[in-house]
Amino acid sequence: MSLRVVIAEDLYLLRDGLVHLLQAHDFDVVAAVESGPELLGALTGLRPDVAVVDVRLPPTFTDEGLQAALAARRAVPGLPVLVLSQHVEQLYARELLADGSGAIGYLLKDRVFNAEQFVDAVRRVAAGGTAMDPEVIAKLLASTARHQPLGALTPREREVLELMAEGRSNAAISQRLFLSESAVGKHTASIFAKLDLVPSDDDNRRVLAVLTYLNAARG
Amino acid sequence: MKTHAVTVGRAFVLGATALFDVVLAVVALVTSLLTFGLGMIFLFPPLVRLFRFRTKVARRLTGTWLGTVVPVPYLPPPPSARPQPDGWYRHERQLYKTPRWPNWHIRLKWMVGDPATWRDGLWVLLNPLAGILLLLPLLLAGYALLTLRSADLPAGTSPLLALAAALTLLATPVFLRGYAWWNHLLLSPTAKSVLAARVQRLDEARLATVDSQASELRRIERDLHDGAQARLVAIGMTLGAVEELMDKNPAAAKALLGKAREASSTALVELRDLVKGIHPPVLAERGLGDAVRALALDSPLKVTVTVDLETRPDLPVESAAYFSISELLTNAARHGGAERVWIDISSSDRALRVVVTDDGSGGADPSLGSGLRGIERRLAAFDGVLVVNSPKGGPTTATFDLPNALLGENGPGCKSSLPRGKAAIVGICWGLGWLPLFPQGMVTMIMKLIGSEHRSWFLALYLPEPLQWPLIVFNILLGLSMYAAGTIIPTMHARQQRLAEVLPARLC
Repeated sequence: MSLRVVIAEDLYLLRDGLVHLLQAHDFDVVAAVESGPELLGALTGLRPDVAVVDVRLPPTFTDEGLQAALAARRAVPGLPVLVLSQHVEQLYARELLADGSGAIGYLLKDRVFNAEQFVDAVRRVAAGGTAMDPEVIAKLLASTARHQPLGALTPREREVLELMAEGRSNAAISQRLFLSESAVGKHTASIFAKLDLVPSDDDNRRVLAVLTYLNAARG
Repeated sequence: MKTHAVTVGRAFVLGATALFDVVLAVVALVTSLLTFGLGMIFLFPPLVRLFRFRTKVARRLTGTWLGTVVPVPYLPPPPSARPQPDGWYRHERQLYKTPRWPNWHIRLKWMVGDPATWRDGLWVLLNPLAGILLLLPLLLAGYALLTLRSADLPAGTSPLLALAAALTLLATPVFLRGYAWWNHLLLSPTAKSVLAARVQRLDEARLATVDSQASELRRIERDLHDGAQARLVAIGMTLGAVEELMDKNPAAAKALLGKAREASSTALVELRDLVKGIHPPVLAERGLGDAVRALALDSPLKVTVTVDLETRPDLPVESAAYFSISELLTNAARHGGAERVWIDISSSDRALRVVVTDDGSGGADPSLGSGLRGIERRLAAFDGVLVVNSPKGGPTTATFDLPNALLGENGPGCKSSLPRGKAAIVGICWGLGWLPLFPQGMVTMIMKLIGSEHRSWFLALYLPEPLQWPLIVFNILLGLSMYAAGTIIPTMHARQQRLAEVLPARLC
């Protein structure tokens, strides 16, 4: 059964592109809207399996899309939403992650260029996982650089941490870094020990734990 | 009791110095005669300097003793003469070898043309009269003693005079307030000179703003030219090559397409950074508070942000405040070696106030750091002022105020008609001024002069002989000052209104 998806994007070309891209990858696009109020209606009315939302939408062209997504998630807890933006902000990432229920994605629009990875991210979010843009993670790690426990990580562990924070599973990480899955498992166990976190087998819960930890370390 | 004694003491000191101004007034009259009668204009600048010195003292005393701050009213000094290309200095139709005489002429013109010069003169001329008023208790007491000596006066004269002396002594604070008001009236800037100063400041601010805008545009142009534009050209060329290779060598074409995509990604990254430098998206989307919070999150320092704003400031103000805070934050990290920074954004009245404190090593100086100068320039466009307190060893506190930032919501609130109390005083002054001036003053004086027996309702003539003249003079003065007050109060109010229109933040 194909996933039902709602798309919110005000630029026609990009909206059309997204629709075609997702349809080509066997998604069922139930609605493609272009403004905040429409989006909120579609999200709460149609209850899609996942929504792909642009931050900036009419009528105000501020963070209409983000607000609609947050409102919809308050009404329907855990509603999977993937937010796209021309720029990423830790502030927004924080707000999206704040309810701790996962099923959240936050990516730069550029990531759409790479169809495979983008579709993978959409599926991950639909399955209740997270997809954080590498740039968000890089900023997060850069601003926590002074924090002690992170300094204790080996370079390899740091790479694993970055990919893990983006929301990737052990299998995906092992593919990315050309490691065996068990090696990745060892690294993650070591990271969790160093950061004093409770290990978890569930990929999603693990990612949320890492992101919460990094956010908290920011103070 | 003690404070009253201090007040009286001050009144006497001020009165005594005011009496000495008689000397200054005589000097001024003589000098003016020589200057304008005999054309000895070289005497004029020293006289003006003398006046300015005297009024400077008066201004300071009015501020410290009487609690009425009197701003310095003079027009900004003119720029000195500049040599022509041939090295000569020109003043009107004359050429000079050295800048000495042109400068002298420029300064003379500046002094003569400044209304404050003439107001200073008027103040010095009238100040002895004010001195008499301030010394009234002493004068009355002295008069009482004199009348006590002479026996041929009706009984009760001296006690009456002593009573008057005591009353004026009690009323000294009121006199002093009047004196302060009078000083403020003549010695503070006229609307014209306030405007002139304002225009000069605006001129400077405009220059700085245009300058920084232009350099900003140049930077953007350069970034676009070397960045995104160049990349787009490269992408176009790559796509052209792909077109050619497509049939012959599909594998190479595919590789080139990958490259084109990469280049477009890089172009996007560069454009994103550029946009961030022009107007950060968070600022557009969320306003100042969240934009600064986002800034704090991206900073390597531990930053605490407190925002207490009810309304969103105007967009240009917001942007200026944002970039100033960003610059201060960068400074704290780069030069101050700080670890913690506190940013406090609040509003006071219609002003936006931002305080940035860090625990760095301090020693920041706006006159040295070009970053701080840039902030000053940025803020100047909005009448903003940056104050940096950064002792060696820290902590550094940078505060800036943007006075009109929150104007939009409240509207100009200082436009008002004359307050009711003042309007009543003006009404009484105009309605009853004739009473002391004519029947009880002038007419009584004439009756007294011609020695008429007819006392009718002329109050002064019922008093003992030595008190008759003082009361007549007092009545005439009272009448005159009532008319003066009736004229001056509405004029002052109108002036303040006019100033309020051009200086919304400063004066209301």
